[in-house]
Amino acid sequence: MAKLAKTPTGIEGFDEITEGGLPTGRPSLLCGGAGCGKTLFAISFLVHGATRFDEPGVFMSFEESTEELAQNVASLGFDLPGLIQKKKIALDHVRIDRSEIEETGDYDLEGLFIRLGYAIDSIGARRVVLDTIESLFSGLSNASILRAELRRLFRWLKDKGVTALITGERGEGTLTRQGLEEYVSDAVILLDHRVTDEISTRRLRIVKYRGSSHGTNEYPYLIDEYGIAVLPVTTLGLGHAVSSERISTGIARLDTMLGGKGYFRGSTILVSGTAGSGKSSLAAHFMDATCRRGERALAFLFEESPAQVMRNMRSIGIDLQPWVDRGLLEFQAARPSAFGLEMHLSRMHRAIDRFSPSVVVLDPVSSLLGVSAAVDVHGTLMRLVDYLKGAGITALMTTLSHGKTEQERTDTAVSSIVDTWLLLVTLESSGERNRGLYVLKARGMSHSNQIREFLLTDHGVELIDVYAGAVGVLTGSARLSREADEHAAALVQEQELDRRQRALARLKTTFEAELAALRAKFETEQADLASGIIQHQARVARLKEDRSDMARSRRADAGNGGDRSKRKDDAKVKEP
Amino acid sequence: MEVAEERPSASPPAIEHTGQAQVLRLYIAGQTPRSIAAFANLKRICEEHLAGRYRIEVIDLVQNPQLAAGDQILAVPTLVRRLPEPVRRIIGDLSNAERVLVGLDIRPAS
Repeated sequence: MAKLAKTPTGIEGFDEITEGGLPTGRPSLLCGGAGCGKTLFAISFLVHGATRFDEPGVFMSFEESTEELAQNVASLGFDLPGLIQKKKIALDHVRIDRSEIEETGDYDLEGLFIRLGYAIDSIGARRVVLDTIESLFSGLSNASILRAELRRLFRWLKDKGVTALITGERGEGTLTRQGLEEYVSDAVILLDHRVTDEISTRRLRIVKYRGSSHGTNEYPYLIDEYGIAVLPVTTLGLGHAVSSERISTGIARLDTMLGGKGYFRGSTILVSGTAGSGKSSLAAHFMDATCRRGERALAFLFEESPAQVMRNMRSIGIDLQPWVDRGLLEFQAARPSAFGLEMHLSRMHRAIDRFSPSVVVLDPVSSLLGVSAAVDVHGTLMRLVDYLKGAGITALMTTLSHGKTEQERTDTAVSSIVDTWLLLVTLESSGERNRGLYVLKARGMSHSNQIREFLLTDHGVELIDVYAGAVGVLTGSARLSREADEHAAALVQEQELDRRQRALARLKTTFEAELAALRAKFETEQADLASGIIQHQARVARLKEDRSDMARSRRADAGNGGDRSKRKDDAKVKEP
Repeated sequence: MEVAEERPSASPPAIEHTGQAQVLRLYIAGQTPRSIAAFANLKRICEEHLAGRYRIEVIDLVQNPQLAAGDQILAVPTLVRRLPEPVRRIIGDLSNAERVLVGLDIRPAS
């Protein structure tokens, strides 16, 4: 079976969630309460058709006059009179004034059919909008004729093969006041405009789409100076490509802490910290570095105005104005409470799409928590992060943490979706507050696990080593005084060593002197001993000689000098 | 039935009605029984009540569809009285003569 043909509306996001647009050649119903943008949706469908898809369209208005309509959409850049002149769009205002109508007897709405048919044929229309056809019920009293004729009209539109969009006012408990949904069975779109906690949110839902799969969620949509845009709630998931390219944080020392190279391109960075801990300054450095590379950065400010941010950043030596002038940097400031979370998200999407930055800064996302429940904020941020990752945009979000416990709770919600988490802490000691920076988490890179002292100087942020010793972590003047102490202690130690070295040298001299004396003594002793031994041997030898002289003299007495040795033995035996 | 013009003879009016002549346009869509009935009903009412002071134009939208928008025609048959002011529209087959007369301000609503 052939796939259902679809006609693109050209409305951002809508064609995605319907996988192509409205069913081609069939009537669709668009219903919603007053002021939810039905007419705008419908006219966008026609104007996009005429300008982008080469499909002329007929707009049959039952409420606004041709002039009113043209005026209302001119602010969106739609040139209705021009399109009408070029026969791209035909406008017919059906005015029903009950006070000048008298009904008598049987009738049908063939006149309407003829008008519509004539309009369609005159420009070769492929699209038709009937806005809001239910007005007929207030102009004509015979409801049974009207119902029968509407049924016939929708069938007739189908036979004509035009893609029609019929708008209807939301009724009590029904989608439309007159139950038009009964006649239009192909596609029903519901626009909803609700106010929760004094903040309005617009949502769109596909109630029905015969023969087609479609998203069933409620999708937020927004209406602004660029027209209507629907925001798909779910994105394609985690299939985005990742980059191993690294980009500088704008602070050399921080780059060093993050494996020496900075953030990953396309990653999401969370900077959390208490008030005044320097989150925005960190963000400003990043923006500055981005623009320096010639890339575009887009910052969403929820607390400060662009002028305020630029003034503050100038005080720490970062001048962002040139980047703004060159079109590399754009600020989008809005109070968190200005509109609902979805609207914020939609606006951000839209601004990102338009500006196509390589870096996006959200300062601070925690402000959004005031707008909606934490779970919604989490979901919203998740979607935004998904979207940014999908687009390969590096995002830096700051979040304000109030105290220890709060910080854990708040940050945990967001931290699971970020790649790099920098924590700015205020270290309070000896009556002063100093700033410190940790890298809590950095996916996919080796990073420093040490705290750095974070100084805001008139030439930007400086990260310096803190004193981390036996007495704990010291910063600021405590670090300085500690360092002075250490320096003094080191000096003392040096002197002590010097002293000991000299003592050792002296000892060595003494040792050598004594060694020499001992050696002399030893040598004397040795010499003494040697001469003693010689004397002894001499004495022994002399004694021996003396004896043999004696023996000789005795043998001379015996007269036998031939057997000397025997005699000697004899003598020895005798001797003792 | 082409665009037809009826200029009845100057027979005396059935009821006294001062002022301008009634300019009546009957919009129809093709030769349907309802169109024919509407025209017949209108003709009879005019003859009875507006003899000599009326003019009927019949416009068939099937042949002149471009004329539908100008007179804000939705339903057919529709009888439009352009003159005298204010503009009046009577839709339906005009089977109820009383209502037609009320609609044309010929007879006040009772």
